[in-house]
Amino acid sequence: MNFRSRWRKIVNAVMLTLTGLCALLAVSALFFILGYLVWHGGKALSGDFFTKLPKPVGEAGGGMANAIVGSAKLLLLASLIGLPIGFFSGVYLAEFGGRRFPFLVRYTTDLLNGVPSIVIGIFAYTIVVLPMRHFSTLAGGIALGIMMIPIAVRSTEEFLRAVPNSLREAAMALGASRWRTITTVVIPAAVRGIVTGVMLDLARVAGETAPLLFTAFSNRFWSPGWNQPTASLPVMIFTYAVAPYEDWHRQAWAAGLVLLGLVLLTNVAGRAILSRGMSVQRP
Amino acid sequence: MATAPIAVERPGPGWGPRALLRRFRSGDEIAHLVTLLIASSVILITSLLVYELWVNSALSRHKFGWAFFFTRVWDPIFEHFGALPFIYGTLVTSILGLLIAVPLGLGAAIFLAELAPPRVSDALTFVVELLAAVPSVIYGLLAIFTLVPLLREHVEPFLRATLGFLPFFRGPAYGVGFLAGGLVLAVMIVPFIISVSREVLLAVPADQREAALALGATRWEATWKAVVPFARAGILGSIFLALARALGETMAVTMVIGNNPQISASLFAPGYSIAAVIANEFTEATGDLYLAALIELALVLFVLTFILNGLARLLILLTTQRGTAHE
Repeated sequence: MNFRSRWRKIVNAVMLTLTGLCALLAVSALFFILGYLVWHGGKALSGDFFTKLPKPVGEAGGGMANAIVGSAKLLLLASLIGLPIGFFSGVYLAEFGGRRFPFLVRYTTDLLNGVPSIVIGIFAYTIVVLPMRHFSTLAGGIALGIMMIPIAVRSTEEFLRAVPNSLREAAMALGASRWRTITTVVIPAAVRGIVTGVMLDLARVAGETAPLLFTAFSNRFWSPGWNQPTASLPVMIFTYAVAPYEDWHRQAWAAGLVLLGLVLLTNVAGRAILSRGMSVQRP
Repeated sequence: MATAPIAVERPGPGWGPRALLRRFRSGDEIAHLVTLLIASSVILITSLLVYELWVNSALSRHKFGWAFFFTRVWDPIFEHFGALPFIYGTLVTSILGLLIAVPLGLGAAIFLAELAPPRVSDALTFVVELLAAVPSVIYGLLAIFTLVPLLREHVEPFLRATLGFLPFFRGPAYGVGFLAGGLVLAVMIVPFIISVSREVLLAVPADQREAALALGATRWEATWKAVVPFARAGILGSIFLALARALGETMAVTMVIGNNPQISASLFAPGYSIAAVIANEFTEATGDLYLAALIELALVLFVLTFILNGLARLLILLTTQRGTAHE
């Protein structure tokens, strides 16, 4: 028995250590990624990166100003499309609705969330690029907008549901209509959560590359308006990384650092908003 | 708790003409209708997506039929298209990714949910969530310049020397190939396995592990014999979820898989995946049949992820509901 209990203790210690190592290994991936990008990207990053257009192959220097503006425009358009749809659907799911139809909406939302981003790209291609017969910022924005819907729906619903019912009842007892209750009591109480959801959503689509490849395509120059192909940071990283030019690789590192920095900062800021002075506990 | 409908009663008496008028004046029914319509648009968009994939792949579906899935040829010049090399590449890289990511992710999840002190667990979970937010093109960028040279110079020659008697580890070491694709996928899906499994494990009722500990089990025995079996279905769900993600993952795989439509037992050989061939060839696809074949590939991807996601959700729901039902 003595041997057996010692054996069990050894197994216990070994397995605890092993699982700890697994966690350590998984977590260290982030520090490796960050460190490597800061090291390589930092060397390549300069003021030119933010202000100049890409140079043709063979000429050193240049930047990705057009891609930065392109990404911003794509995200703006995507937010204009995806966030309202997501927000109001979330309000519907949390505040109105019976049994069957909301279930269907939730189910479809999850389904849409699971669709690979490249398939969303093809969808946007068939509904926008094919009829218009050319690539455009518009098509890219629509593709990203569709990708934003599911997370916006689910986060809005989740945070509205977290608002205690007593608040709703109190507002209604004072004679407020249902809609007035929602707009003046429920949504303000959940606003931090909803803003967090929006920021996480933005951070997620900001790095999406696959849906842009054949919607926004790419562009070596500025893309005025919404009707022409546009460069974007993620697509630039892809193109520059797989190209065989040393100078392009450096630019890709710089772009990677900028993109990852923005994505992670947005992500952390979103979570910070939620955790600081939270008016409503997350469910 | 999140699924229970809110129990606030509708105000207003009945559905009489007067009552209806009052409701409309207060804006409630209008708001209900507007949000309902917007919510329906989510269903509309998703249905349209399926419809577009179906219609636009018609040319290829009619021409090749089921043979599309069993043909090894991918020849854009003579317009003969078969999906087998891509399906093979997608499956091999995804399964390879799972083989590495599941033990690692599960171990980490067990540590975070059961064993680590709360403060450590929170901090590490935060890092894992950030890791899940890293865009796939960044993984690809890093993999091209770190993983691929490492595989080519060191890992693949080593594997060939030691395990070369197996058919998986033969042939020249290119760096890019199935192995690189599988490894990148592993790194990318670990955060998903960790966060979903962790949540499932946390949903296991406390008396489950307390009972085991009270019977004299060690920490590990309580975790492995009482908690993990309870959460089995949910953990399987997290694996399906990760698999669905791996199948649809595009950029990182495209950048390291080698982009060569061939079927090879060797993991060192360059291959191709469904998502990668779409990403690379879609803009260059000349001819309607070529385009239709690529869209049919997207349809295949959609159906695969649809099935896996559905199964995963069901399994996770089963576990978490069982967990809360016990409390």
